[in-house]
Amino acid sequence: MEHGEYLQHLARQQWLIPFFPLMAAAIQSLMKRPSRKASGALTIIAMGLSCIFALRAFFATIGGGGQHHEIERAIFNFTWFKFGTTSLGLGFILDPLAEGMAVMVAFVGFWIFVNATGYMADDENFTRFFCFLSLFAASMLGLVVSNNLLLLYMCWELVGLCSYLLIGFWYFKPAAAAAMKKAFITTRIGDVGFLLGIVMLYWKTGTLNLYTHDTLHPGALEQVSALALRNGWWGLSAASTIAFLLFIGAMGKSAQFPLHVWLPDAMEGPTPVSALIHAATMVAAGVFMVGRMYPLFTAEAGSWVLDFVMWVGCITAVFSATIAVAQFDIKRVLAYSTCSQLGFMVMALGAGSVVAGQFHLLTHAFFKALLFLGSGCVIIGTHHEQDMRKMGGLRKYMPITFWCYLIGMLALCGVPPFAGFFSKDEILLSTFHRNKYAWGLATFAAFLTAFYMTRQMFMVFAGKWRGGENDHGHDKHGKHDDHEHGHHGGEPHEVTWNMWLPIAVLSLFAIGLGFFGHKYGEYLGVEGAESVEGKAVVMGASLAVVALGLLLGWAVYGRKTMEHATDEDPLSAALGSLFTFLNRKWYIDELYDVTIIRFTATCGMFFRLVDKSVVDGILHAIAWTAWGISQVFRWIGDEFFINGGFDAGCESVRWEGEEFSKLENGRIQNYFRVLSLGAAILLLIYFFT
Amino acid sequence: MQVDWTIYLTLLGMGLILLLPRESKTLIRWVALLTGVAALLVALKDYFNYNAWVNAQISAHGALQDGFVQIVNVPWIPAINTNYHLAVDGISFPLIVLNGFVCVTGILFSWNVETRVKEFFAFFLTLIAGVYGVFMAMDLFLLFVFYELAIIPKYFVIAIWGSTRKEYGAMKLVLYSFMGSALVFIGMLAVYFSAGGQTFDILELAKHPIAPNVQVWVFPLIFVGFGVLAGMWPFHTWAPTGHVAAPTAASMLLAGVVMKLGSYGCFRAAMLLFPQGLEHWKWWIAWLAVVGIVYGAAVALVQKDFKFIIGYSSVSHMGFVLLGLATLNLIGMSGAILQMFSHGIVASLLFAVVGRMVYDRTHTRQLDKLGGLAKVIPFACVTFVVAGAASMGMPGFSGFVAEYQILVGAFHMHPLLALAAGLSIPLTVAYILNANDKVFMEQDQPADGGGHGHDHKPGSGGPHPSLPPITLPERVAAIILMALLVIVGVYPSIMLNMIKANVQLFLRGAP
Repeated sequence: MEHGEYLQHLARQQWLIPFFPLMAAAIQSLMKRPSRKASGALTIIAMGLSCIFALRAFFATIGGGGQHHEIERAIFNFTWFKFGTTSLGLGFILDPLAEGMAVMVAFVGFWIFVNATGYMADDENFTRFFCFLSLFAASMLGLVVSNNLLLLYMCWELVGLCSYLLIGFWYFKPAAAAAMKKAFITTRIGDVGFLLGIVMLYWKTGTLNLYTHDTLHPGALEQVSALALRNGWWGLSAASTIAFLLFIGAMGKSAQFPLHVWLPDAMEGPTPVSALIHAATMVAAGVFMVGRMYPLFTAEAGSWVLDFVMWVGCITAVFSATIAVAQFDIKRVLAYSTCSQLGFMVMALGAGSVVAGQFHLLTHAFFKALLFLGSGCVIIGTHHEQDMRKMGGLRKYMPITFWCYLIGMLALCGVPPFAGFFSKDEILLSTFHRNKYAWGLATFAAFLTAFYMTRQMFMVFAGKWRGGENDHGHDKHGKHDDHEHGHHGGEPHEVTWNMWLPIAVLSLFAIGLGFFGHKYGEYLGVEGAESVEGKAVVMGASLAVVALGLLLGWAVYGRKTMEHATDEDPLSAALGSLFTFLNRKWYIDELYDVTIIRFTATCGMFFRLVDKSVVDGILHAIAWTAWGISQVFRWIGDEFFINGGFDAGCESVRWEGEEFSKLENGRIQNYFRVLSLGAAILLLIYFFT
Repeated sequence: MQVDWTIYLTLLGMGLILLLPRESKTLIRWVALLTGVAALLVALKDYFNYNAWVNAQISAHGALQDGFVQIVNVPWIPAINTNYHLAVDGISFPLIVLNGFVCVTGILFSWNVETRVKEFFAFFLTLIAGVYGVFMAMDLFLLFVFYELAIIPKYFVIAIWGSTRKEYGAMKLVLYSFMGSALVFIGMLAVYFSAGGQTFDILELAKHPIAPNVQVWVFPLIFVGFGVLAGMWPFHTWAPTGHVAAPTAASMLLAGVVMKLGSYGCFRAAMLLFPQGLEHWKWWIAWLAVVGIVYGAAVALVQKDFKFIIGYSSVSHMGFVLLGLATLNLIGMSGAILQMFSHGIVASLLFAVVGRMVYDRTHTRQLDKLGGLAKVIPFACVTFVVAGAASMGMPGFSGFVAEYQILVGAFHMHPLLALAAGLSIPLTVAYILNANDKVFMEQDQPADGGGHGHDHKPGSGGPHPSLPPITLPERVAAIILMALLVIVGVYPSIMLNMIKANVQLFLRGAP
């Protein structure tokens, strides 16, 4: 009981977790270009405070449950606006799902911020950058701790807005300007589904609070069993329909096929932003939201929604892995691997295992942040080079970065005992139980992952330094910094401590975090039936494909490293046009250009044409007709009969002709006349019928 | 309640301006501004009084008994039994306040008008007075008179101070408006005679139900008549053309309040007096509204003229108002009323950015001739992003609260309505971001093909390397409007309480 009260007390303080970064953002937006140190320190301290509060809540949630396997959930709801008996509430939640996530976001975010102070050291808009970063983190933390779908949605949109601002932080780069738009619009398409899901949930349950612990006014997720009995659309129950709609939103945010196109382009932003988007915040939001709303997904037994989720994840996992194989930009490889890993998480959720999905989300956040920050170090160390063909041999120049990156890479590939191995294994196991085909495809994706990461390692860190040669201004990554004028092709160098320390810390977690997988399952209170059946097959297969991937990667790229930046990629030589096809990302962007985008534009053009021709045409026709009639009246009535003069009539016709041509000029008097005539006719009709 | 003084004060200010010599431009501007501020203060004072009164009523009785506060009711033209009857309720108050804010900020954004300043502000204030009057008139005849009072100055303001085919735009606007007026007028006479020719008083008429068969054919006359001005599809083409032709302050008024006259008329005259007609036609209204929402957004996407984009976005957003009204449930209709307010602010802000901040400085509105303005006039960019975010329904701005409620209401009416209206969400984002990109971000890249991309400083190569800075009046006005968006977005009760209370009354069948 004592413990329950303590949790309640903490739930009431949940708002503090997003509060600190939010305040930091507010203060920085008001400060007029303060010194860089103050700005950076403020951001980092605020994030640190958030992290402390998140950790406090995290340990409190560990302390209680456990033995009963009963999820401890403390909530704090309050009213946003109220009218009479209806009110719209908002609320915060404290439960294992939220706290695990909050700790991850705050902790990983903290180290990304530290790294960013180094990466952005020379940017003239340093303050603005940290202001956006803080807001980004605050909205993500708010999303995690919200107990209300509306609040969640608000934070969700704020996350989207911040990513828009940050991806386009260097908006004067055309690629960044295009990427910021693409990210926002694509995720917004998903949001249509999300918003409709929210609307439907509200309509069916009358509340958007997820939990209330109040039997009189149960929260939305406490009514799922009732929702599962009501009818929705497409032959689904209401619960499954809402789940499906919400999942559309998650597909946009978590970059699932076919809404994945924005994520790889999003790496046009500064690298710490990429790390944040790809690891801790933006893309995590979708998977987290599905995890949060999971009772809806499982409420109706045997609906196709879960299968849909699983296959979307599975396809994304394989599809993006094939693309990652053929990329040359160091960050683009990582970006597609993020897509692929998100596919794994979503697949796990679809296969029925929240634990596996959420756990992979956490471990992935650590090692993907590590990899992205590592790539940031590489980019800075090589004076803003992102093309892997122009790197090589960096192990010698950047040893710390190399070792950390290696750990991250091994974790991502799923080599035991690194974190990724455990979490990916969980996913594969749960998929294996659900659907053997999906499992087979996912295992193939795991193989590709090992392969393309090995490829990257050898291209970047092995062999000899290929930068500096053939540098005839192919730097298409127009950069902001001034400090490296003139020595673009200079020797690479190790980065400063504030850049390598974060990746060193994160690599510790990339090693150790995997061992807590089982504990995390217990912590979430979802007691898996610990099926040992098939475990050996799954683990054996995944170990085998990882080994195979590493070996193949070594065979293709490691035995003989590239000599010159202009050398053809050995894989390209072997695969030929298939390589180009993968390099161009299956031409999905081009496909969208000629289908959806073209279609929308055509619709718009067509509607505009309709406005100009039909709608205005009718208007003009009415005006002309009425005008003509009134002229006839005038000519016959006034001029011909009353004046009687034929000459005058002729004269007037000519004059009228000129007048007539002025119709389009918009002589207002004429229109008043037409109008009064029309009104008179209408009145006559009215009074005589 | 002294809220009727908004009308008289504005007319007084107008009269005062007429008495001033035309050379003293600054004085005229200040008189106009002070008039606007005084009217706004009166409106705000009574707004909060009314709000407090509504809250007290609700906490005392659980709901409102009668939402109207009578101001004045005296015989006006006894021969046709028409009265000078002014009253306000929770539907009209948000719009009165909106009118006040648009008036003040419109004057601030017109500070740079140099030609015929005296006439400009005289027309401007006449229009404002007419709008105040419409929102308070409770007598159909009086409402009609105020309505025409608001429309006529429109023509002159556009035709004299406008740009880009201004006569055509002005003509089209006036022609459409008068077509609408003609319909309304016929409908009005029909109500008058079918109720026995006793009264034009809306509240009286509402008490005497009109025969259902009459309702069914008179309702569309009045609804469409007012709907024309609300940009109802397919009677919307005046809006983009008119907006484009109008000077900044006039497009602010046009999109900000005049379009609301239309939707307000739909609610007050058509929906209140013809419940059966409404029931008969509501599906038509809802679907036409949805078509307008998507259609407007799609056309906005392909426009090349910055102002046309905003003009069509108004068509799209006003579609939400009509959709919300057609839902006939508490949440949808409350959303519609709030959307009127919200769109009024958003549209004013957007037109101010386009017309005043960008066009007056660069003298072009073609997207491909603009670019890189974020560095030259950053304040305009910030304003546009805020207004754009509100326009696309980002949470935290009033637009979200309004459109969310409308979607819930539409969903209840028919899920497909909400789905179809939802299609406009990504379209809206696309055209706002596209405009933002073309006007404020993009700029010509150096021709040397890169290589020293990092030398390319932001702002060094736009088509407009330097422009006059944003002036103080512009800043003040923009900040006022942005603050309103956020205040209502974060604390919607400040407006929703009174709206909901009155919509509830309406739904219960009370006037």
